[in-house]
Amino acid sequence: MATMSDVDAPKDRGGGDETETETSSRDAGRLVYRQKIATRVTHWIWAITLFFMLLSGLQIFMARPDLYIGQQSGFGFDNSILSIGTVQVGGELQGVTTIFGHQFETTGWLGLVPQGDGMARKSFPGWLTIPGYRDLATGRVVHFFFAWVLVATLLVWLIASIANGHLRELVPTWRDLKRLPRDVADHLRLRFRHDGAYNVLQKLSYAGILFVVLPLIVLTGLTMSPGVVAKFPVLLDLFAGRQTARTIHFALMLCLVAFFLVHILMVVLAGPINELRSIITGWYRTAPEKRR
Amino acid sequence: MTRLTLSRRSFLTGAAVASTAPLAGCFDGVASRDSTIRDVLETANSLTYRVQRMLLGSDDLAREYSPSEIRQPQRPNGTTNPGDVDYRQLAADNFASYRLKISGLVEKPAQFSLDELRAMPSRTQITRHDCVEGWSCIAKWTGVPLAALLDEVRPTAPARFVVFDCFDTMENGFAGPIRYYESIDLADARHPQTILAYGLNDQALPVSNGAPLRVRVERQLGYKMAKYIRKIALVDSLSAYGQGNGGYWEDRGYEWFAGI
Repeated sequence: MATMSDVDAPKDRGGGDETETETSSRDAGRLVYRQKIATRVTHWIWAITLFFMLLSGLQIFMARPDLYIGQQSGFGFDNSILSIGTVQVGGELQGVTTIFGHQFETTGWLGLVPQGDGMARKSFPGWLTIPGYRDLATGRVVHFFFAWVLVATLLVWLIASIANGHLRELVPTWRDLKRLPRDVADHLRLRFRHDGAYNVLQKLSYAGILFVVLPLIVLTGLTMSPGVVAKFPVLLDLFAGRQTARTIHFALMLCLVAFFLVHILMVVLAGPINELRSIITGWYRTAPEKRR
Repeated sequence: MTRLTLSRRSFLTGAAVASTAPLAGCFDGVASRDSTIRDVLETANSLTYRVQRMLLGSDDLAREYSPSEIRQPQRPNGTTNPGDVDYRQLAADNFASYRLKISGLVEKPAQFSLDELRAMPSRTQITRHDCVEGWSCIAKWTGVPLAALLDEVRPTAPARFVVFDCFDTMENGFAGPIRYYESIDLADARHPQTILAYGLNDQALPVSNGAPLRVRVERQLGYKMAKYIRKIALVDSLSAYGQGNGGYWEDRGYEWFAGI
């Protein structure tokens, strides 16, 4: 069904063979109404929400800067896979991050960080957390407020995107997947198509974030709630225990940060003015295949 | 070599300090307890409470684990050895003269000795203790269901909360020592897994974990599960206790409802 609609969709004209290229190059420089209002509004709500959730989440993490595998945290045994702390080396304090048993010195960034005029034993520097100092209670208040905003925005986006056709644009089709190697090669050569349709790497990353990472980060978050898992104990089995869920929640956060960095990089490489205009006003200037 | 390490470290530190300066603390205003922003943010917790009360019935139990999941002693947290004189005296004779007083909005105020509580029908459960800090620990708890005690004292119609007054002094305020206290609603108080525990992992509850009695509220976080319980009161409002937020940590910014 997705393939049918994909073929029918008039904007999916960036097939890449010569004829199509010549046809679409006639549209070069034309402004098209690319991003619908629901897409733009939810995009910016997410930008704000995920910023606050990241910084308040790191605040919460500081209260127990260890990640474990299993139902519980090992105090009488060792099931931790990540740990941020300090060690005393020759009378000097060092920030140390331990990942799968390997120790890395992270003074200045993790474990022992700048605070005021000196250094403090704290997992993260102040600019990475809300508030900038240790305050678990406030971190939780901020995190859970934006958690509701995130879930509500996801639902609004989902309904609007089903209604306005945006959802269909994001789901990779079989034809898309066959184009994957060439699309990867194009990206590596920084050759981007500006035809107003999503290429397969875009589809895979956006669909991955919206249908995999965000739902999973919500579910692993809920798995940490003792109330929610009393109602839905299956969550504890699905994620192999509350502490594993907490670890997955953290790993998904790293995925979102990585996505954000690549997203910003791509906006800069693809033409920041045009990209920003389209996500603010909706209007996007197409310039298909000009460089070929 | 040493030199290289040091210069690398001072470079990293310098870079971290430089990047910290303009950004840190931009949003510290949300920490202020009486700001409008804070009030707005805290409405989310009321929503969470209402949704969980809508979803969770009394038959929705926290997961109970098998004995093989008890892999370590229950981690003691918060106060682990109260220095309060009245507590030390009771502990000295192994709580033989301890009486749990239940009063407030009840038809029949009553008090119970530890032996009387132990003689009542008990419940044993192997559950996961989730601390607000993020860690979890599985242990076996034995105690008397709070619902059974409520049936004895019979709360009156206006009663809405159960307040636990504790022995342990957390800090000394202007008006005297501030002792730990906590409160839960009647839905949680009557939940089958809500017990006043006097046993831990088949032993008498040790002082470090809250002897003589600690409440278990399995569908909420650890700070709701008051240790060293001195007396219990049924009330219609929490305003008379502490700063009126329903608990020691609640008075310090933590949410009253800790089901999340």
